Amino acid sequence: MKVLMFGWEFPPHISGGLGTACYGLSKGLLYNGVEVLFVVPRMYGDEDGESIRLIDASDVLLDVNEVKYHEVWRKLTVIGVHSILVPYMSPEEFRRASTFASLEKTDIENSVFKTKFQFSGKYGHDLFKEVARYAVVAAKIAASNEFDVIHAHDWLTYPAAIAAREVSGKPFIAHVHATEFDRSGEHVNQDIYDMERQGMQAADKIIAVSRLTRNIIITRYGIHPDKVKVVHNAVMPMTQQHKRPERYFPEKLVTFLGRVTFQKGPDYFVEAAYKVLKKDKNVRFVMAGTGDMLPKIIRRVAQLRIGSRFHFSGFLNAREVDHVFGLSDVYVMPSVSEPFGISPLEAIRSNVPVIISKQSGVAEILRHALTVDFWDVDDIADKIYGLLHYQGISKMFIHHGKDEVENLKWDDAAWKVKNVYEEVVQRKNSIAFQS
Amino acid sequence: MRSICFYFQVHQPVRLRRYRFFEIGKNHQYYDDHANRTIMQKVAAKGYLPTNQMLLDLIREYGQQFKVSFSVTGTALVQMEKYSPQTLESFQKLAATGCVEFLGETYAHSLCSLRSKDEFVNQVGLHREKIREHFGQDPTVFRNTELIYSDDISEMVEEMGFKAQLTEGAKQILGWKSPNYLYCSARRPKLKLLLKNYRLSDDIAFRFSNRDWPDWPLTSEKFVGWLNQLPPEEEIVNLFMDYETFGEHQWAETGIFDFMRHLPKALFSNSTYKFLTPSEAVDSFNPVGPIHVPFPISWADEERDLTAWLGNDLQDDAFDSLYRLETLIRNTGDKNLLKDWEYLQTSDHFYYMCTKFFSDGDVHKYFNPYDTPYEAFINYMNVLSDFTLRLEKTVSLPLEIKVQPKKAVVKKKSVKTVKSKTINGAEPVVRKK
Repeated sequence: MKVLMFGWEFPPHISGGLGTACYGLSKGLLYNGVEVLFVVPRMYGDEDGESIRLIDASDVLLDVNEVKYHEVWRKLTVIGVHSILVPYMSPEEFRRASTFASLEKTDIENSVFKTKFQFSGKYGHDLFKEVARYAVVAAKIAASNEFDVIHAHDWLTYPAAIAAREVSGKPFIAHVHATEFDRSGEHVNQDIYDMERQGMQAADKIIAVSRLTRNIIITRYGIHPDKVKVVHNAVMPMTQQHKRPERYFPEKLVTFLGRVTFQKGPDYFVEAAYKVLKKDKNVRFVMAGTGDMLPKIIRRVAQLRIGSRFHFSGFLNAREVDHVFGLSDVYVMPSVSEPFGISPLEAIRSNVPVIISKQSGVAEILRHALTVDFWDVDDIADKIYGLLHYQGISKMFIHHGKDEVENLKWDDAAWKVKNVYEEVVQRKNSIAFQS
Repeated sequence: MRSICFYFQVHQPVRLRRYRFFEIGKNHQYYDDHANRTIMQKVAAKGYLPTNQMLLDLIREYGQQFKVSFSVTGTALVQMEKYSPQTLESFQKLAATGCVEFLGETYAHSLCSLRSKDEFVNQVGLHREKIREHFGQDPTVFRNTELIYSDDISEMVEEMGFKAQLTEGAKQILGWKSPNYLYCSARRPKLKLLLKNYRLSDDIAFRFSNRDWPDWPLTSEKFVGWLNQLPPEEEIVNLFMDYETFGEHQWAETGIFDFMRHLPKALFSNSTYKFLTPSEAVDSFNPVGPIHVPFPISWADEERDLTAWLGNDLQDDAFDSLYRLETLIRNTGDKNLLKDWEYLQTSDHFYYMCTKFFSDGDVHKYFNPYDTPYEAFINYMNVLSDFTLRLEKTVSLPLEIKVQPKKAVVKKKSVKTVKSKTINGAEPVVRKK
């Protein structure tokens, strides 16, 4: 079995949940004996090269130290396509960011508004054109490679997968990590919605990251329930146990980590923080991440006069994320809509008890976590206070949560994905045989 | 006798470096030494040094006829000592001529006059020491940070022994009155007021190089012509401006130095005006009336109020968080903490958090090292959090150990004595704690 995968972000440049999921899943597939041809838009390293580049696997790949994967890693080929596509970006943001990039010399390196997208070079400002261009390249790749099944992650890559299917005649699996409804609430971008739906309709099978997402796919996109399968995400084991970093302030720390956007519910975190601080001054809060709501959040923090206890760290890289988890006593994910949500798993892995929104996919599989309605700030505040003050519950969460998370393995998730592959390939073959 | 009075403000804040959340409690170095050094040296080379030399030449040429005054903040002096000693020397040379007056202000260019009398008195005292140390003068005229003034402030300034204060000739306090007279505080008439003529001052400080301005180019002769058009009974024209006007806000290429160099000559040959220092002006004229200022004014922006530094939530949260620490500060003797406490009060930090982008955005942008007010706020609060932790640590430790056992003993005794007295039938004694 060999899969042509249109994925996102391969190491060493991983910045978000989607990249982490693609990486973990590929590793798991390799472990299950699936060969992976991984196509990824890359704006790093090959800026002046040709548009398609075969990346030396040893260059970017798996931890060679991991003996388990040592045998299988040569079954993976990574193809970097020179493109500035990045996940989680609206057409407006894309235009702004790419315009920004063409201005010479900007000093955003040191800013809390620094994003993970640092464009360089000259690009068009139309996201949809870039998606179409990517599909053309994808067709080229599909024509010159052998594989059994096509697997694409989220809407930006659906046109590429459809093009690859046209060229090769192989079945296509759409993997839905987030929908436009998660990103924008009820104010969906019609163009994006249309592309998502086209992709889902064209797909032979759809994988959703949670039951929550599966429901959205069925009710909002009108897809037949039989076509949609749930495979929950997993978490990669820590390669080494980090020592808990030393904390230089006496207060406890409550953390929000994620894009500061409507979807993630940062405003509810602020209101809850205010309520906790009214009761207990010996707590600090940190909001790690950036996004379009950040200015509004900062203004609200100042308005509530809690700026001396509520901090902003800006966007964090992987090492800094580990660091901030190491400092934290509670992690809160008050997402308004979260198809899955890998970061609570990472928090638990770092021995941090978590409070997660009921409106999240991860709530379907985590038992040792407190769940809240994102809008219920009293409840969130209550639970933060409880985890900070009642050792019994926080200790139990740390203890059992870790076991729970360690059992969520990508190898198992990938096995389910592999079953989906086999199913669609078989069906395709039998149809071909019949006709 | 008609006169003009020049006063130049010399100020550099001690700028903060990018201080991250992760450093709170761990790293106590807050300042961007590199930026502070480069900016001081750049401004010295482009502005302070050549302008000081020009003024010195003019004083030598015209003797006692040419006079100016300065207010130099403590934070600027500290940075001159460190990064540009020759600038300090050149100011000292000017001080030695006897034609240059140095004014009093807060040490750290702070906004404390709006919040705390104790801190205000403290900072003015620190500044006085610094001026005495470097220039051998004892300031008798006061200028508050950004010319901020109100009736309340005038009380404190008068009590500190100053005979006059400089402030803005703001429309909202003057109404139909002219700024070109000596006035006095309504509440403390002993305190005289010199009001900035903002039109003529800003012609030099802001509009000088503006080619869209109908009066461009401004020559010394044209300026003297305007002075001559003022009603003859008006006594004094106060030209107050940032010293960075020369060479920094207005580059040398605009002709600002030539303008200033020729101004005395043009003035002496075509008019009856004289140069006076602020304290000479106060001694030469009688106040024509009191000025009521119930709400603080300043020289900033179109509104001439405090909204450049205070009023939005970012600024108010930061300001409140800072001055909440004052009682703790009074109990610490730690020199480093006191130094940081001063530097953190500098008004510039609050100016960076200003969100008035649209009306005076250009000026604000020019002076702002941060991309947005939000970043300024985040950075300042991170630094302040670390500072607060240090302060709490040093102050709380000795207090707990020393004070508590003593108190307990005293309490017991006093209870006993009271009891015994009432038992004996004597009059119950009400004791003060």
